[in-house]
Amino acid sequence: MAKTLEVRWHGRAQQGCVTAAKLLGEAALGEGKHVQAFPEFGPERMGAPVKAFDRISDEPIRLHCQVKEPKIVLIVDPTLIGMALSGGMEGEGSVIDGVPKDGVFIVNTHQTPSEMRCALKLPEGYASVFTVDASGISTETIGRHMPNTPMLGALSKATELVQLDSLTNNFKDNYAKKYSPKVIDGNVQAMEKGFEEVRGE
Amino acid sequence: MADNTASKTKNSALTGNSAMALAMKQIDPDVCAVYPITPSTTVIEEFSSYVADGAVETEFVTVESEHSAMSACIGASAAGGRAMTATSSQGLALMWEMLYIASGMRLPIIMTTVNRALAAPINIHCDHSDSMGARDSGWIQLYSETVQEAYDNLFQAVKIAEDERVLLPVMVCLDGFITSHAIEVLSLITDDEAKDFVGDYTAKHPLLDTDNPASMGALALPDTYMDFKHVQSDAIAASKEVVIEVGKEFGKRFGREYGLIDTYQLEDADVAIVILNSAAGTTRVAIDELRAKGLKVGLLKPRLFRPFPHAEMVEALKGVKAVCVLDRADSFSGFGGPLFNEVRSALYDMEDRPKIMGRIYGLGGKDYTTENAVAIYEALFDVVKTGKIDTLNDYMGS
Repeated sequence: MAKTLEVRWHGRAQQGCVTAAKLLGEAALGEGKHVQAFPEFGPERMGAPVKAFDRISDEPIRLHCQVKEPKIVLIVDPTLIGMALSGGMEGEGSVIDGVPKDGVFIVNTHQTPSEMRCALKLPEGYASVFTVDASGISTETIGRHMPNTPMLGALSKATELVQLDSLTNNFKDNYAKKYSPKVIDGNVQAMEKGFEEVRGE
Repeated sequence: MADNTASKTKNSALTGNSAMALAMKQIDPDVCAVYPITPSTTVIEEFSSYVADGAVETEFVTVESEHSAMSACIGASAAGGRAMTATSSQGLALMWEMLYIASGMRLPIIMTTVNRALAAPINIHCDHSDSMGARDSGWIQLYSETVQEAYDNLFQAVKIAEDERVLLPVMVCLDGFITSHAIEVLSLITDDEAKDFVGDYTAKHPLLDTDNPASMGALALPDTYMDFKHVQSDAIAASKEVVIEVGKEFGKRFGREYGLIDTYQLEDADVAIVILNSAAGTTRVAIDELRAKGLKVGLLKPRLFRPFPHAEMVEALKGVKAVCVLDRADSFSGFGGPLFNEVRSALYDMEDRPKIMGRIYGLGGKDYTTENAVAIYEALFDVVKTGKIDTLNDYMGS
């Protein structure tokens, strides 16, 4: 049985985490994968911590439980690092919970991966850390703070979980009705820049 | 099932609620009366976009409560229209009195029920307390494990409800958030295929046919009331055959056949879990893990809860030594949860019936994991070994 890869997104409401999880799922579907993408719902208010999840597999996905041990974690809002994310589905929790030794963190920050490793309190050799200034990229390309799409580009480069083309083509093909050409171009650029600018250790 | 008969549309990634809204659009009902409630809201939100875009000809009625939504569906259906709605939790609870009127008047109304816990305490997440509370209301109930099943069930619901041998309302249940808000991959049917499958609805005795006046919902005193109920009871029992026929026809057309129950690795199983909706998928994964270790474990997932498939249940569980029925709803101070009660009762007349225990799980969205399923199977093997059940009914994980 092929292994199902699990992804967890951390952000705050209105930063596009749920949309990012959806876009990743759609792009992976475009590559012929089986996918699931779902948010964790709690009280809905702007700025509240939110989580979203993806499952990606070569086989049909039958699991319908929460993602507890994600291989990949994307931290869209670095102020969540070190916070106790209790409430909602879990009694407790933090952004590093359940991530295995070969896990991957991608953090939206202008800081370096080693600075983030420190902030995340990860021992040397445990997981790998990538950083990208997704907030800066989105302000430049989209014209406002919407760090989700640059994070997707960074994810593509850092993990090769999904091809950059699959992400950009899905957005161009399936969102042209919903968004103006300017918004589409901005987000596609944001993905490309996220891909180019992500840094590893 | 042969794939060459399957629909040619490609796979899509949709949430459960988007898929239900799309199915409603493809069915294009005459009337949709609604009062949205979490987590079913986006079914109605997206369907209202189809209405606004002119993609459907539906008369979209926004009412002031779920009680009114069901009342408006009853009026529309009695007048001869195809009527649909969607709700959850407190919304379904508020419809309660009208649910009985819909079924008693034999109106083929279709409702998407996105399962959610009931207050108090207030909770927006999944359990089956809402639809289980409506289990004696005379509605046919179809349950859905995945987005694909929920989508497919809605088309079949229309055909079942409107069949002249049935003429009863049907609710299609799917798990709140777990299925309603999760994006899954599914195969869609085209608008033409959908229209062709459900066909046109022509009510036999519509109230608006003034040339042939009919009376509906009349007073029935002790001399006739019980006869009405007897006929209604026979009708819902007989709908089982129609559910089977429609499931077969759906399979023939689109490559996905449906029965009354679904089983997984049950044929040679020593122990089995009986469970509804999305948690069945997680149980399948646990089964694969245990089968890899040589343990004979299986699953029985009822698709139909009303009418209850007693005979099929007995047939499927023959040879199984111990069964655990998992309920995502309690029947407070009843003899176990609603599903446990039905299954145990169905097995009573069976020779060499399996040992059977019940567990309440997942209330208010509490996670049900593969580890939970594995623990249940281990407990069942203990029952087989000792021949004894320690705790017949219990809450799991709290």
